[in-house]
Amino acid sequence: MAQVVKRPKRKNPVERTRLPTLPPATRSRVALGLTAAAARGRFELQVCRDCGAVQYPPREVCRICLSQRLFWRRQDGMGELISDTTLHAAQELFFRERLPWRIGDVRLDSGVNVIAYVHHNVGAPPCRIRIEAALDRSGQAALVAMPERGRPALSDDPKLREMTCNPRARKILVTDGKSAVGQAVARALAAAGADLIWIGMAEPWKKSAGFDALRELPQAKVVPLDVTDSRSVRELAGEIGGKVDILVNTSDCHRAFSLAARRGVETAQLEMDVNYFGLLRLAQEFAPTLKARAADGDANAIAWVNVLSVFALSNYPPHGTYSASKAAAWSLSQNLRADLRPAGVRVINLFPGPVDDEWDQLEMPPKLSPAALAAALVQSLQGSVEDVYPGDVAQDWLARNLESPKTLERELGEFDR
Amino acid sequence: MAARGYDDVVLAAPVTVPYVRYSTHGAHWFLGRAVAGLIAAAKIPKRQIDGLAVASFTLAPDTAVGLTQHLGLTLRWLDHVPMGGASGIVSIRRAARAVQGGDAEIVACVGGDTNHTDSFRRNTANFSQFAQDAVYPYGSGGPNTSFALLTAYYMRRHGATREDFGKLCVAQRTNALENPLALFKKPLTLADYLNARLVADPLRLFDCVMPCAGAEGFLVMRRGTAEKLGLPFARLLGAVERHNAFPADPIQDRGGWALDRDALYAQAGVGPDDIDFLETYDDYPVINVLQFEGLGFCPEGGGAEFIRANSFEVAGSFPFNTSGGQLSVGQAGAAGGHLGIVEAIRQLSGQTLGARVPDARHGLISGFGMINYDRGICSGAALLAAA
Repeated sequence: MAQVVKRPKRKNPVERTRLPTLPPATRSRVALGLTAAAARGRFELQVCRDCGAVQYPPREVCRICLSQRLFWRRQDGMGELISDTTLHAAQELFFRERLPWRIGDVRLDSGVNVIAYVHHNVGAPPCRIRIEAALDRSGQAALVAMPERGRPALSDDPKLREMTCNPRARKILVTDGKSAVGQAVARALAAAGADLIWIGMAEPWKKSAGFDALRELPQAKVVPLDVTDSRSVRELAGEIGGKVDILVNTSDCHRAFSLAARRGVETAQLEMDVNYFGLLRLAQEFAPTLKARAADGDANAIAWVNVLSVFALSNYPPHGTYSASKAAAWSLSQNLRADLRPAGVRVINLFPGPVDDEWDQLEMPPKLSPAALAAALVQSLQGSVEDVYPGDVAQDWLARNLESPKTLERELGEFDR
Repeated sequence: MAARGYDDVVLAAPVTVPYVRYSTHGAHWFLGRAVAGLIAAAKIPKRQIDGLAVASFTLAPDTAVGLTQHLGLTLRWLDHVPMGGASGIVSIRRAARAVQGGDAEIVACVGGDTNHTDSFRRNTANFSQFAQDAVYPYGSGGPNTSFALLTAYYMRRHGATREDFGKLCVAQRTNALENPLALFKKPLTLADYLNARLVADPLRLFDCVMPCAGAEGFLVMRRGTAEKLGLPFARLLGAVERHNAFPADPIQDRGGWALDRDALYAQAGVGPDDIDFLETYDDYPVINVLQFEGLGFCPEGGGAEFIRANSFEVAGSFPFNTSGGQLSVGQAGAAGGHLGIVEAIRQLSGQTLGARVPDARHGLISGFGMINYDRGICSGAALLAAA
């Protein structure tokens, strides 16, 4: 049964504060393939191109025919829980702090065994299960045995909840509420049970009906925040930085034009100032406090979300300078991720395709509605992923980019999308 | 093709470097004390040892090579055997062939480890690539997790109970009380065993071996050499090893012994009925049961019934882990793969520290080691006889 996450009690300052610890993060290079897939919400295992044998744990050569031609392929995860145990002793501090843990030995239908966490809705062995790949607090892939039917959420299990960043009962900063996306995100987070949503407001002189309506949300609290102004960011961090559990960076400046369409650099500079330097300012002011609060009981800092763009993957010439600013932000977000990972704070990047807003007016459908983007954002927090490509266009670009980045670059340069 | 027999190869000079729970010494100290104990027991100068087989988890960054210089040994035969609980058996096999072939005359086989306050965690965290990638990140239970999964499966599949495993552990403790070097000095009752602290369901505290520091050693030579030195000895009748047996089994409920026991008994010229005592590798009781079955003392899956029908003290119907085994002596890393061998030599050559199995002629020693991922990879056994 789904357990409703309760609002954490006010912290008693006399009680012990749990310090940040992490599950073991060391993996062989080849095993990182599992993490690469899990970061996108997929369970993939190596398969031998020559004999078809599925491999696990990850290997350098095929366990059957010794072929070196192994590739990662999506798995359905179906199998049988053949044995399980509940650990009441652990060697690493992270696990010791959170005992007990249910661990199982699973025989996949593909013929390999996996050691996995077992969701508490799974019955006693032997029973059918489905393996899902999630990310643990170290940001590494962790396999979870889920019930074959019923599809409960990871966060229904109190232990596995820590692999998610469920926004329920959380205090969340949405950096910009002026845009259609920002407003949709704030509404979706409220609907997902957020406890308090600070909504950043730049340019207070600019009136917007949608923004005014946000003020009616009982969880919403409008705060001044201009990400192009270092002092504004610093002041807000000083005021609320120690309370933010999740930071959602919706700040976005999009002025569609290509390299040859406009003289001068001022507009491109503005895009960079919001999309890239804005992230940098936010990171410098908010990341240190997030790290410090990463293990602080149930009211801890857990995630940072960036709304990037699929244009970051490969430059889309009609939106050339915007693509470049989002690519810069993407690169910086990887720095941020490396900085926050040792504390166990997850950085989630969303790479939407064209959004149905004023700046993508000239893009052909399909376009992502702000509400759909917001729903994907909430879902990524409720699940256990790092990189999300919401919508059909983003999925299409991702597939093409994985297949051949050069082909995608050429296609985007010669045709529109 | 049947393997050639071991002719007149013998094992002598059983040595134990007393175990301690934690030590500030390095592995080199324990292995060095073991070699010192061997030359003292054999009353030979150090230079007369011309072969060395070493097993240790905590010797890194050194291997057996570094140990030669550290201990000032000049050797013409050297082996490093990183096979944990099977290392002693494998060392016997390697050393026996060396002395048979004349590559060495006296081979010292030593296994030992130190144990600092945090070294067990470090060892398990870095045990193998598969463990690091696919087991340790799931709760970091170390071997407790692996054996809990195997134990739970065995109990469900074959109807074994906690009382069955407890009977073995209690008997081993009784044996250990006679052994002055055992770290566990208090009697263990079945109620103590059943009600102990939960570690990893169904395992409780007394199912789990206690890591400690220590070393074991013995010498391998020809019978004539031992007689010339005036050393009591045990004869090597047969020995087998197997690695990664039954990889297609969904979970381990048998080890490699099933593949090799016929060859072992044929080589030795004796069968299970002739065995007077058994020394198994016993980091967790379920693995004892797999050894009873694999070595032919009872059918596969018949372990529980076998336990109920026998008694396992030194004076019992099936003398077993007569020094107390690792579960009651302690697990000094790779020394655990040598503990049973050293005890068997003592039993068969009249040098026991504790209780002696009356009129023991044949002793069987079994090794098991290296949970590389989800199961123990290495297995082996050796059959020894009194002179």
